[in-house]
Amino acid sequence: MTTTHHHEPITTAEVGGVGHSRRRVEDDRLIQGKGNYVDDIVLPGMLHMELVRSPLAHAKINSIDTSAAEAVEGVVAVVTGEMLAGYNLAWMPTLSGDTQAVLATDAVRFQGQEVAAVVATSPYAAKDGADMVMVDYEPLDPIVSPQQGLEPDAPVIRTDLEDKADNIAYEWDTGDEAAVEAAFAQADRIIELETHYPRSHPSPLETCGCVADVDGVTGQVTIYMTSQAPHAHRTVLALVAGLPEQNIRIISPDIGGGFGNKVPVYPGYVVATAASLVLGVPVKWVEDRTSNLISTGFGRDYYMKGQLGVTNEGKILGLRVDMLSDQGAFYADAQPTKVKAGLFHIVTGSYDYPAAYVKTKGVYTNKAPGGVAYRCSFRVTEASYLIERLVQNAAYDLGMDPAEIRRRNFIQPDQFPYTSPTGFIYDSGDYEKALDLALDMAGYNELRQEQAMLREQGRLMGIGLASFTEVVGAGPSEDYDILGLKMTDAAELRIHPTGKAILKLAVRSQGQGHETTFAQIVAEELGIPAADVKVIEGDTDNTPYGLGTYASRSTPTAGAATSIISRKLRDKGRKLAAHLLEASEEDIEWEVGRYYVKGSPDSSVTIQDVAFAAYTNHPREIEGGLEGVHYYDPPNMTYPFGSYIVVVDLDPGTGEWKVRRMIAVDDCGVRINPMIVDGQIQGGLTEGFAMSNMQWITFDEAGNCIGSNFMDYLIPTAWETPRFELGETVTPSPHHPIGAKGVGESATVGSPAAYVNAVIDALAHLGVRNIDMPVLPDRVWQAIQDHS
Amino acid sequence: MEITVTVNGTAHTADVEPRMLLVDFIRTTLTLTGTHIGCDTTSCGVCTVLLDNTPVKSCTVFAVQANGRSLTTVEGLKQNGELHPIQAAFKEAHGLQCGYCTPAMMLVGSKLIEENPSPTEDEVRWAISGNLCRCTGYVNIVKSIQLAGEMVAAGGEEATE
Repeated sequence: MTTTHHHEPITTAEVGGVGHSRRRVEDDRLIQGKGNYVDDIVLPGMLHMELVRSPLAHAKINSIDTSAAEAVEGVVAVVTGEMLAGYNLAWMPTLSGDTQAVLATDAVRFQGQEVAAVVATSPYAAKDGADMVMVDYEPLDPIVSPQQGLEPDAPVIRTDLEDKADNIAYEWDTGDEAAVEAAFAQADRIIELETHYPRSHPSPLETCGCVADVDGVTGQVTIYMTSQAPHAHRTVLALVAGLPEQNIRIISPDIGGGFGNKVPVYPGYVVATAASLVLGVPVKWVEDRTSNLISTGFGRDYYMKGQLGVTNEGKILGLRVDMLSDQGAFYADAQPTKVKAGLFHIVTGSYDYPAAYVKTKGVYTNKAPGGVAYRCSFRVTEASYLIERLVQNAAYDLGMDPAEIRRRNFIQPDQFPYTSPTGFIYDSGDYEKALDLALDMAGYNELRQEQAMLREQGRLMGIGLASFTEVVGAGPSEDYDILGLKMTDAAELRIHPTGKAILKLAVRSQGQGHETTFAQIVAEELGIPAADVKVIEGDTDNTPYGLGTYASRSTPTAGAATSIISRKLRDKGRKLAAHLLEASEEDIEWEVGRYYVKGSPDSSVTIQDVAFAAYTNHPREIEGGLEGVHYYDPPNMTYPFGSYIVVVDLDPGTGEWKVRRMIAVDDCGVRINPMIVDGQIQGGLTEGFAMSNMQWITFDEAGNCIGSNFMDYLIPTAWETPRFELGETVTPSPHHPIGAKGVGESATVGSPAAYVNAVIDALAHLGVRNIDMPVLPDRVWQAIQDHS
Repeated sequence: MEITVTVNGTAHTADVEPRMLLVDFIRTTLTLTGTHIGCDTTSCGVCTVLLDNTPVKSCTVFAVQANGRSLTTVEGLKQNGELHPIQAAFKEAHGLQCGYCTPAMMLVGSKLIEENPSPTEDEVRWAISGNLCRCTGYVNIVKSIQLAGEMVAAGGEEATE
């Protein structure tokens, strides 16, 4: 395996293939205010819908009186769960195979739960009407933590489920418990860490919404929807509503950020569609921010206990993890069906040791459902956080340098493909190289010297490391499906007579720049300039099937599909070239953009010549046209990695900490568009900072959501956001056609541990080993007091 | 209530509800959908427009308060078929990803460089601190605004590749 610092482009800048920082095609409309987001869509006769939400976290519904709401000027209809039940739509399946109320009929189970919907002639009238829906609630005791949910006398939340006598949503384990016990028996020390990865919310700046348009005459259902997975959503809607799938068209227009928040199917989509079906006119539903924060897919909320068995020399022998996850009222994790805790079992990290065991229990609570992969490949963020915190703590307890203990345990380049103790087959990596580059960029030894000097003066500075490994690109059909749908993704490519192409994809960009980068893959494979390739996504009538964009899977799946369909068309073009050049097919050679006859390079035709011939001059035995579709079933996941170093200065008087430097070395394999890759890393590092520092959805004892608006749920501005120093190594994925691995989430996955480790590092000499995220100043201050 | 607002140089008269927010007047009445809505609490800034050439968050201004005043939205940045330097710079320096915060960021940035064509990084970060972005980590937004300032200082030339 080769590890290089750069991948030199093989195409010219005019062609703009892989490796060029091509400027984005999307930008021309977005910088002129001509983007087309869901809320920008206006259809003739369109009505507006507002949801009535529960003010209580847990209550029985005695009655719902809609008469006052119906009398409000502009109100056309009020929808309740009882009415939906008449269409068998009061409940719907979640992506994890549980059920979720569309509109509550029997009880409300979280604050913000959808209880009724008001449809009116304007958004203002709909809100007026929603205020007048009178619901008689009988309060029940709320459960606001998984620990509380497991208490023997805890009220059962899911009384809708037959024979459900407890609050356990799922139990799942993997790995070899006996092997871990044996490993621990050999260990000199067991390093323990109990920590909470708190509930966070993806909060794309555009909230969720839709415009549902049901044609009463033709039965055609068109839904403009904030959807990261339009094809999967169409299938789910077909199953939920019993509608013929060919009559459902999901259009996912420009999306104002997703980060996992736009993967689930939300009640609002279903109610708006039902309302349009009944009323015969289009119905728009767009959440306000509070609705988005209190009811849609959250991220994280794992209580984790990790134990790491190590020798005095710093060699890791085994890992054991026990977890409790707070699932909210419905088990609605968006993740492959066979893995109940997502891909958390990547928790063994970048290190080589033989034994690991992971046990997890999901508990229902009176909180919003979700558990979406918030800028994360299904719980990889929690996993990476735990192991990187544990390894760093092991270094302190053993009196070792945190860089050195990582170095002693890294999986070595010659060990790939490497089978982890929980069964992942890591495709490639060169962890030490990334760490060395980060240490070098940081000036690590000098920083340690400075730290020692400052400490003597009573000043606190910390250096946090994280050498993370992700697993992305779900995934091989043997192992990965969502509700039975295999996680393959397709690309369809048509090259027209003039040599210009249209590429249609099942994935859906939410800012990742697919229109730009996927055209670059075609340019790389066929030599057709990227500017001549139009990329179409987000319309189920006009794109091939696939499961969408999340978990950093677009490049590993749709990117590979694009590459392979391009190669298939190139192979067909070879036959046409042979015909045009009057040579045998075996004698036709390819270089970017043209075919030539072996031994006489001047005898050549371009890909454009061949495309023209495919429609104007092809022999009968070659089928006309130059077009095809490929469904890509990845042979393995991809494993991006990196090493991050954070330097903080900490004020012991206030507990406040400031990021002095953030060094991030990422290896995501071959970079299709380096400019876009860097942009994604910068965004991810910021969200990682946000989680470590401020973002926090919490609840009071009554189950009221604290963090229901952007004044209480804090998101970093440009002022608080640290500056970043980026570095790269390139270790191509051996099984991906162009060696790319996916990068959209690496920085969110890898960086929280680096930030928190930096704070712990500043206090490690006092004996501090844990402060839960968000690492708020009062928590830091308290930790100092507790250890002084 | 009848109001008249000059929007991107053109006077518009409309009858609006007194409670109508300026952002809804812009998006719904004028159908200028480049101005977005993100939070309802004056926190995120994606609804920012220039009211009498001063950035305001249009979710916290009533439409009637704009009566007799002048408004610039993202649709008004382009002049005589030419992109405003701030628009060219955002594309050149990759200042946007999903694009949802972009119109507001560009308006705030254009105002900043009008007053100070060579802002420091800290000055840019402070100027945009009322505007959230979830995609970029602000790095390239800062660069874009600084680049636009350079372009304005150089005479508004087109960005070069």
